[in-house]
Amino acid sequence: MKQFDYVRPATITEAVAAAAQPGAVFLAAGTNLLDLMKGGVSRPDRLVDVTHLDGLDGIETLADGSLRIGALVSNADLAHDAEFARSYPAVAEALLSGASAQLRNAATVGGNLLQRTRCAYFYDTASRCNKRTPGSGCDAREGENRSHAVLGWSESCIATHPSDFCVPLVALDAIVEIEGRGGRREIALDELHRLPGDAPERDTVLEPGDLIVAVRLPPAARGFAAHARYLKVRERTSYAFAVVSAASALRIENGRIAEARLGLGGVAAKPWRARAAEDALKGVAPTADAFQEAARRALEGAKPSGDNAFKIELARRIVVRALTLAAAGTPARIPALPASPFASTSGAIHA
Amino acid sequence: MPELNLTSAPAHLRHGSNIGQPLTRRDGILKVTGRATYAADNHPQGMLFAVMAVSTTARGRVVSLDVAAAKRHPGVVDVMTPDHKPQLAIDPEIKTNPFVFRMEVLQSDEVRYANQPIAVVIAETLEAATEGAALLAPRYETLPPLVGLDAGESFAPPVVGVGNPAESHHGDVEAGLAAADKQIDATYETPPQYHNAMEPHSIVAAWNGDNLQIDMPTQGLALSLARVAELFGIAHEKIHIRSPFLGGGFGSKGLMAGPQVLGVMAAKLVGKPVKLVLRREQMYGPVGHRAPTRQRLRIGADAEGRLTALDHHARTVSSTFDDFFEPAAGASHTLYAAPAIRTSHDAVRVNTGTPLFMRAPGEATGSIALESAIDEMAFACGMDPLAFRLKNYAEVEPMTGRPFSSKALRACYEQGAARFGWAKRPLQPRQMRDDAGLLVGWGMGTATFPALMFQAEARAAIRRDGSGVMEIGAHDMGQGAWTALAQIAADAVGLDIDRLDFKSGTSDLPDAGIAGGSAHTATAGAAIHSAGAAVIGKLADLATSDERSPLFGAGNAGVIARDGRLIRRDDESRSESYAEILARAGLAEIEARGTGAANPAAMEQYAMHAHGAVFAEVKVDPELGQVRLTRMVGAFAAGRIVNPRMVQSQLFGGMIWGLSFALHEEAVTDRRSGRIMNANLGEYHIPVNADVPPLDVITVEEHDPHVNALGIKGVGEIGITGSAGAVANAVWHATGVRVRRFPIRIEELLTQG
Amino acid sequence: MNHSISLTVNGARRDFVLDDPRVTLLDLLRERLHLTGTKKGCDRGQCGACTILVDGKRINSCLALAISHDGADILTIEGLARGDQLHPVQAAFIAHDGFQCGFCTPGQIMSAIGMIKEAQAGNDPERIRECMSGNLCRCGAYVGIVDAVLDAQGRMDETNQRRSA
Repeated sequence: MKQFDYVRPATITEAVAAAAQPGAVFLAAGTNLLDLMKGGVSRPDRLVDVTHLDGLDGIETLADGSLRIGALVSNADLAHDAEFARSYPAVAEALLSGASAQLRNAATVGGNLLQRTRCAYFYDTASRCNKRTPGSGCDAREGENRSHAVLGWSESCIATHPSDFCVPLVALDAIVEIEGRGGRREIALDELHRLPGDAPERDTVLEPGDLIVAVRLPPAARGFAAHARYLKVRERTSYAFAVVSAASALRIENGRIAEARLGLGGVAAKPWRARAAEDALKGVAPTADAFQEAARRALEGAKPSGDNAFKIELARRIVVRALTLAAAGTPARIPALPASPFASTSGAIHA
Repeated sequence: MPELNLTSAPAHLRHGSNIGQPLTRRDGILKVTGRATYAADNHPQGMLFAVMAVSTTARGRVVSLDVAAAKRHPGVVDVMTPDHKPQLAIDPEIKTNPFVFRMEVLQSDEVRYANQPIAVVIAETLEAATEGAALLAPRYETLPPLVGLDAGESFAPPVVGVGNPAESHHGDVEAGLAAADKQIDATYETPPQYHNAMEPHSIVAAWNGDNLQIDMPTQGLALSLARVAELFGIAHEKIHIRSPFLGGGFGSKGLMAGPQVLGVMAAKLVGKPVKLVLRREQMYGPVGHRAPTRQRLRIGADAEGRLTALDHHARTVSSTFDDFFEPAAGASHTLYAAPAIRTSHDAVRVNTGTPLFMRAPGEATGSIALESAIDEMAFACGMDPLAFRLKNYAEVEPMTGRPFSSKALRACYEQGAARFGWAKRPLQPRQMRDDAGLLVGWGMGTATFPALMFQAEARAAIRRDGSGVMEIGAHDMGQGAWTALAQIAADAVGLDIDRLDFKSGTSDLPDAGIAGGSAHTATAGAAIHSAGAAVIGKLADLATSDERSPLFGAGNAGVIARDGRLIRRDDESRSESYAEILARAGLAEIEARGTGAANPAAMEQYAMHAHGAVFAEVKVDPELGQVRLTRMVGAFAAGRIVNPRMVQSQLFGGMIWGLSFALHEEAVTDRRSGRIMNANLGEYHIPVNADVPPLDVITVEEHDPHVNALGIKGVGEIGITGSAGAVANAVWHATGVRVRRFPIRIEELLTQG
Repeated sequence: MNHSISLTVNGARRDFVLDDPRVTLLDLLRERLHLTGTKKGCDRGQCGACTILVDGKRINSCLALAISHDGADILTIEGLARGDQLHPVQAAFIAHDGFQCGFCTPGQIMSAIGMIKEAQAGNDPERIRECMSGNLCRCGAYVGIVDAVLDAQGRMDETNQRRSA
C-alpha cells in the first residue's frame, strides 16, 4: 500500500475541499478501497476519512413520504431496520444477499454505490485495463470473460458493476444527494453510473470532491412493497457476486399490473434499468406470457462480449422468475437465503 | 510459547480411555482461545518483516528491479535479489532425492511461471516491506507462455504420482471393448486446483551464529530439516524447526517450499530474525497445486451389465522444470472387477509452478471421472447405479488378482444406501421435484484410497512418578493427531491419557515421517505402539526378574500393562505400579524406542485399501441452473477407528472437498499471459457454510489384521473420492444433463428450459 | 506523520502513537499488540479469519484502518474466556468439533458471537449457515460449527432466562 496522508475533516465542506485535490479519495468503511489499495489497483496520495462526520448515519422519513438514508448507514443496519425492510423489501433482500455479514456490518450505503468492478483484469495490475489505466487497452475483451457485460459495453471496457443494493434502488427511482464544490445537488441513481463508452475510467458522473451524503427513495417507492423481490444467481450459495441478478417490483391493482419496475445486475457497467420491459408490463395481467415478453424486451440489444452468451439467456430467465416471484407476493419475512433460487426450498420431494 | 503445550482444562471432555474413544481435541482449548501458536504468530526480539515480490510474467526473465525505489521507502532495510543474497551450499536445482522439488530462491533471473518469487524486501514493518515490494516495479523480457492441456507435444512420463508406473494393464482391453454389448467413450476434464489452506505458508527464521531456529508449518519436519541442512550447508543438529500447529496443509506443506527457504535466506542476509508470510495470491504458484487433467474413459459391458473392459487414459501437465504428474488413471486399478483394465498417462509441460500432491492426488481427479463413467455405463445398461456397482464388485484387486487385506465395501453400500433411502431412486433422470419445483437428483460414488505406511520412529519413557512420556516428531494439520496419537500412546504404555506427556511437533523429536498419504496415524501410531511395547517390555523385565516383585517369575509375556500397573496375566491379584518398579530399581526413568513401517511381505500378499460409498442429493433450479447439495451420506470402512469424533470430522471435510471439486473449485488461467485470474478466495470458490447441508457419516466396522499392528487404514483423503462423483452424478440425475467438465457450471445446465 | 489514537481492547484502554496510517486493525493487533489469536487468511475480506467485534459488531479487521477506528471498543478471541471459564461458544466449538486445523476458528467464534448478538438467525440452521458464510473453513468443519452455534445459543438463552427469572 502506497504511503498516504490521512486527514479527518470536521465538516462536510472541509471533506469536499480535501478530497477535491488530485490523488485524494474518500475513505468510509474501506471494504472496497482497502482491497483495491492492497492490490495496487488504487494508489491514492490522500485519504479523506468521512466516517467521523456527523449527520450522515441517519434513516429518516421525510414529510413527503420519501425515505432519506445517510451515506454512512451500514448495509446491515439498513437491511435490519424493520420499517425499511417492510417498505422496501427488495432492497433489504438485495443488501442481505451481498458479501458477508462482516462486510455488511462495515460497508456503507455511499460506499456500496461507488464500489468498483470485480473484472479480474481491472484487479490484475499487470493486465491492460482502460478503466484502471486509461488508454492502455482491455485484456478482458479477448480474455477470460464469461462473467462480463452483455449490455451497454464498449470495445474499451466490458466490466460489470458488482452491487446488489443498486439494482432494486435503480428500479425504485432512487435519488443520490451529492455535496460538491458547488454545493448540494441531486441526481437519479440511474444517472450516477456511466456506461464505459470510450472513457471507462470514469465509473460515475461524480466530479473531484463530490461526496455522496444520502440516498433517497421517493414516495412512490413504497407502493411496491407487496410485490417486490430480488433474485441473484451465484456460483456458491452465499458470499459470491451475482452471475446475473434481477430486482422486480410490481404494483398490482384489480388483477392487473398498474406499474412495474425492473432492474438487472451483473450485466452492465451500471445497475441496469429495464424500462422497455416495464412499459410492456403496464396495464397487463401478471401472466407467464407477459413476463416472457418483458424478459425479451429487457434483453433487447444485449450481445455477448466474450464467452458469456449464456448470461443473456440467464438474464431473461431470471427476469421471468423475479417477476413471477414478485407477482406471487413479497414473503412475510426475508428468506433464510436472501435472493437465492433456493430461498423457498421445502422438504417434500416427489416424482 | 510456540512449543506444543496441551492442556487438560475443564472443557476438555473425555468419554472413556484411549483408542476408540471420541475424545475431544486435546488442543481444543488452545485453538478456541487464540493461544495456539501458528508459525506467523511468533515474534522474536528484533524481528523484521520480509515480503516477496513475485513475477507477473509466466515465462521470461527479469531485466530490471528498481531496488533503489524500494530502499528509499522508510523502514526498508534491504532488498534480496539474485545479485544480493546469501550463497546456498548447493544448487537448488539439484534433486538430491525423489522428495526434493526444484524451487526458485533467486538463483537466477529466469521466470518460469507467474507468481514466482523474484525478490524479497525486508523492512522494519509489514507495511514498509509490502510497499517496498510493490515499488520494485520489475521489467521483464517475456516469451509466450505455455498454457493448458494442449500447450505442446505430449509425452509419457516415466512415473506418475510418487513412483507409480505411468502405464499398467491386465487382460486385453481392445478385445473386451470389441466384445462389449454396451460401450461408453467419454472424456472428462478437471481444472487446476490450489490447496488454499486457511493458513498461508509462513516462516519465522532466526539465526544465532550457525544455529537456526525456524517456526514454520510443515507436514514433514524431518524432510524439511534435511532440505534446510543441505541448502545452507549446516549440520542437522544446528537446526530446530517448530511446527506445533498447522493451519491446514492438504499436501502443500509436505515439503520445504521456496518461499520458506527465502525466509531463511533473508534472515541470514540481514542478521536478524525475519518473518515471511505469503500473501494469499502468492499461494497460487510456488507452493504446489493439483494439476488439471483430461481423462478419457472407454468402458465395455456385456448384456448383463458385467464389465468387459476398462480403459482409463489421463492427460495432465507438469512444470517446464520439474516433474510431478497427477496419477489420475490409477483410480481405475482397484474398484471394479473388469477382466481387462488399462491405465495410462501422458503429459505436457506448461509455465506453472510444479504441481504437487493435493488431498487424494490422483484418486480425487481419477475418481470423479471414473465414477461419472460408471454412472453413465449403469444407465446405458438400464441398471441402478448401485446394482451395477455390486454386479461388478471386485472380490480381489482387479489389476493384480491379490486378495484384499480387508474390504467392507459391500457393507458400506448397504448401510449408506439404507440411510440415504436410495431404493426409492427412479432410474431415469429429471424425474423428481420438490414442492418449490426444483429438480432433485440422487447420485452415488464409490470411495477408495490405498492404506499406505511410511516410516516413523518414536521414543517412549516411564518416569519414576509412574507417568509416561511419548515423543514423536509428528504433525497435526487439523486431522487430530495430537489427540489420536496420544490415545494410541496412552494405550501403548498402559496409562490413562492424562498421565501421559505427549511431545510432538518439533524437529528434535524422533522422525515421524511425512503426514501425507492418509498414512500418518497408521505410521506414527505403529511407531508409538512399538515404542510403548518396548518400554513396557523393559519395565516387565525389571519386575519379573526381581524376586522382591510380586511379578517375579511371571516372564516378560506373563504380564500386562494397565492403568499404570503391570499385572500378572494369570493372576490379576498380583500387580505392581510402574512407580514402585522404578523406585526399587533406583531409576528415574526407563525408555525405549520403536519404529513403524510397512510390512513388505503383507504388502506383497495383499491389496490394502480403505473403501466407502457416498450418496448425494442435489437440487437444481430448472431454469436458472444453480445447484445446491442438500444431503450427503457417506459410509466408509477404513479399519480401526482411533477417535470416532475426529474421524467423522475428517470424513466430513473430505466430502466437502468432493462437493467443492464437483461444483466450485477452479483456477482460471489467462491463456495469453499464463496468469491465474482468480488467485484469491473471493473468486476461487471453496464452499461456504451455506453450501454444506447436514452431512451423515457412517463408519463401517472393519477389522484388518494385515495393514499394520493397529489395523488402521487412514481417513484423511478417502472422503473426497466417491463424493465428487456422487455430486456430479446427482446433478445428472436431477437434470438429465451430463456435464463432463468440472466444476459443473451454471451455463452447462441452461440447455433445457 | 504520527497519529495518536486510543482503543479499548478486550476491556483495557490502550493509547498508541501510530507512525503509519496504513496499519490495519488486524496488523495492529497481531504485529504491534502481539494479540495473535486473530488470524490473517487472505487480508482482503474474503475469508473471515480476521473477524473481530468492533463496537459490538463483527467486521473483517483486515479491511479496517486502525487510524479510522480511533476510540473504538474492540473484542478479540483473547478477550472471551474468564480465566479457565470458556465462553459458551468456545466450549461448544470443542464439544461439537467445530474445527480441525483451528486457523479459522478465532474468526468463526467471533463471527458466531457477533451473529448471536445480531439476533437475525434464531435457531434456524439454514439462517445460521447463511449468516456464518463469511467465514471460510477449508478443513470443512461447517457441520460442527452450525451445531456448536445452535448449542451455545441455547445455553446462552437459558442463562439469560435464569438471570431474568
